[in-house]
Amino acid sequence: MRKIAIYGKGGIGKSTTTQNTVAGLAEIGKKVMVVGCDPKADSTRLLLHGLAQKTVLDTLRDEGEDVDLDDVMKTGFCNTSCVESGGPEPGVGCAGRGIITSINLLEQLGAYDADKQLDYVFYDVLGDVVCGGFAMPIRDGKAQEVYIVCSGEMMAMYAANNICKSISKFGKVGAVRLGGLICNSRKVDNEANMIQEFAKKLGTQMIHFVPRDNMVQHAEINRKTVIDYAPEHPQANEYRSLANKINDNQMFVIPTPLPMHELEELLVSFGILN
Amino acid sequence: MEKDILSPLSTFKEEVLDIYPKKVGKKRDKAIVFGDPDNIPQIQANVRTVPGIITQRGCTYAGCKGVVLGPTRDIINITHGPIGCAFYSWLTRRNQTRTDQYDTNYIPYAFSTDMQDSNIVFGGEEKLKAAIREAYELFHPRAIAIFSTCPVGLIGDDVHRVARHMMEEIGNGINIFGFSCEGYRGVSQSAGHHIANNQLYKHLIGRDDTVTGSLKYRINVLGEYNIGGDAFAIETLLEKCGIQLVATFSGNSSLDQFQTAHTADLNLVMCHRSINYVAEMMETSFGIPWMKANFIGAEATAKTLRKIGKYFGDESLCLKIEEVITEEMKEVEAAAQQAMKKTKGKTAMLFVGGSRAHHYQELFNELGMITLAAGYEFGHRDDYEGRRVIPSIVIDADSRNIEEITVTQDPTRYNPRKTKEEIEALTAEGLEFNGYEGMMAEMKKGTLIIDDLSHYEMEKLIELYHPDIFCAGIKEKFCVQKMGIPLKQLHNYDYGGPYAAFEGAINFYNDIEQIACCTIWKEIKAPWEKEAYVEATYAY
Repeated sequence: MRKIAIYGKGGIGKSTTTQNTVAGLAEIGKKVMVVGCDPKADSTRLLLHGLAQKTVLDTLRDEGEDVDLDDVMKTGFCNTSCVESGGPEPGVGCAGRGIITSINLLEQLGAYDADKQLDYVFYDVLGDVVCGGFAMPIRDGKAQEVYIVCSGEMMAMYAANNICKSISKFGKVGAVRLGGLICNSRKVDNEANMIQEFAKKLGTQMIHFVPRDNMVQHAEINRKTVIDYAPEHPQANEYRSLANKINDNQMFVIPTPLPMHELEELLVSFGILN
Repeated sequence: MEKDILSPLSTFKEEVLDIYPKKVGKKRDKAIVFGDPDNIPQIQANVRTVPGIITQRGCTYAGCKGVVLGPTRDIINITHGPIGCAFYSWLTRRNQTRTDQYDTNYIPYAFSTDMQDSNIVFGGEEKLKAAIREAYELFHPRAIAIFSTCPVGLIGDDVHRVARHMMEEIGNGINIFGFSCEGYRGVSQSAGHHIANNQLYKHLIGRDDTVTGSLKYRINVLGEYNIGGDAFAIETLLEKCGIQLVATFSGNSSLDQFQTAHTADLNLVMCHRSINYVAEMMETSFGIPWMKANFIGAEATAKTLRKIGKYFGDESLCLKIEEVITEEMKEVEAAAQQAMKKTKGKTAMLFVGGSRAHHYQELFNELGMITLAAGYEFGHRDDYEGRRVIPSIVIDADSRNIEEITVTQDPTRYNPRKTKEEIEALTAEGLEFNGYEGMMAEMKKGTLIIDDLSHYEMEKLIELYHPDIFCAGIKEKFCVQKMGIPLKQLHNYDYGGPYAAFEGAINFYNDIEQIACCTIWKEIKAPWEKEAYVEATYAY
């Protein structure tokens, strides 16, 4: 079983990319579980065709300790298993602690056990690694591979660089490695070249360049992944291609995050000047 | 002879600093100084302990809930947090309280919200509200205080908003107030004292103008926590002299005492560190002057009583005070002489509190004993060097962590008890207002003064100088005693007390004679005296 965590700046398209990629893997016969690690609990909406999910933490709160795996796990597109960690309403309590609690509970309930015959677990994690709780999926050997979704925008690259810092920190003492950057295009000038160069400097690869296409929005409005909604559309093939590249990926590294000035130089030489 | 005892101390610093990593050694260097009453040295105090060092210090919550508010019997103290904080601050200070069967007394109870994982994740405010409701339904208290522990600050529960909300919900004139005293907030428990002082002033003092008690001369004793019955001994003594004790902050105290404290005419400050803030606030707000006082030691007690007499300036009061002193001193002197046969020339070390390490030196002096080394756990520079250094104390990030409240004159009840001229005249006669000379003024030249003593330094002190008695707290007690040196706890007095006033002095003489002069300690060998020493060095 491969355990994969998806990180990236807020709003960059982590959940959309994750679910479309998972759909691609499921289509080629892989058994996949998605664990949404975001209090908003919208990481499995496209696979489940709507927000049908009761979160782990809500269930825990309502049912007490007596929780069954079936209470929190729903089956989505192509037999994918979908779990939402959930969390407090904005501005209350501690969402980070919530993620720790819910991942521990999933382990206790045997969600990862051999009898589930999982090929993949995907953790879709909110925003930046802001505190210890959000780093949970890459600690203690929970996820071994991380993919960072980014674009050619300054803040997205800055966030990606920051996430690399925590991967390199935990990578030195554990098994977590960076598998690559997924460029989710924002149509920034010279975007693919810049992210490729950025990836090289980090010691990793740009595993795929996902072009921007309105079909993604159409599919989302219909609560579906592109592969599910428009299987023949070229954008569906982009996600299939990303899924295959992840499936075949052999390049796992401890990244070397860039100092701030190098990151800025990169932007200047690729982005603004061209 | 004294010089011979003190001179070996001069090498302590070199011996002990040598083993620390360079940066740590540099920091500790400033916290270890030699006494010189004629030329008071500067000491580093109230700064963060270096991580990794075993410190004597407690946390901000401990200072606020455990020390200042804990001894009050009829306020329900709810600890908002996981159960450990409430449990380990439950009845651990031996502060006594006096009630008859009809009085309310919540001290035997421990109230806590017992936060669980889900309260951390989803916030604990609702559980806190439920706890307050439950406490109210069970006990119908007149006041409830809420104390924040570390996780409360991390997840952002607003205890003050909950307090206001519940005050409205319950109604009935109940007083509910919160303390932002999360354990990590300060350098030590000292921050908790300050936070407690602020809230005492904001939510309790001056809410009831009823004048209680029948005696003419009305005072408060601040910073007296009634460990082992100290406040009882002080109250008895004051009454004997015809002085009304309006409120004690906070040993043997009640809600009414806090609320009517502003009707007193003088504030005496015992533990300067933990309560000087309230003394200042009451002076600004109500015009009550304050003086530093000390009821630990017979001489100090007599001195304090005479100060009160002089302040009120009534000859009959002064005569009564002298009469009481003469009467009490007979027994005290007899007890001192008896004890001194054995205690004279023995040595002591005191590392405790923010006043106790100073005050108890008085009692050791009266026993003819020499204090070799002393220091506070949580004192500030003014507790060592005197209040004159306050303007030169640097405000750092840690002190900014504590709310600064603005105190103004009470529009109707401000009533200066003494005019400016009267205060000047009394000062000329030798009374000192708003002053504290600190520990160093009374420590002999060449003695050791160490702030925030580390465990390693403590072991080194004992190994090198073998004092006859070491005074500290429970964390140190058994380590020290295993080294063959008796330890007297000055936080909770072990099982003894009271040690305040004349009655307390006699108790102390007897106890110390038994403890410090007991030959059983010679039978105990410290581990390094019977086993090979394992040497190690830091790799840094």
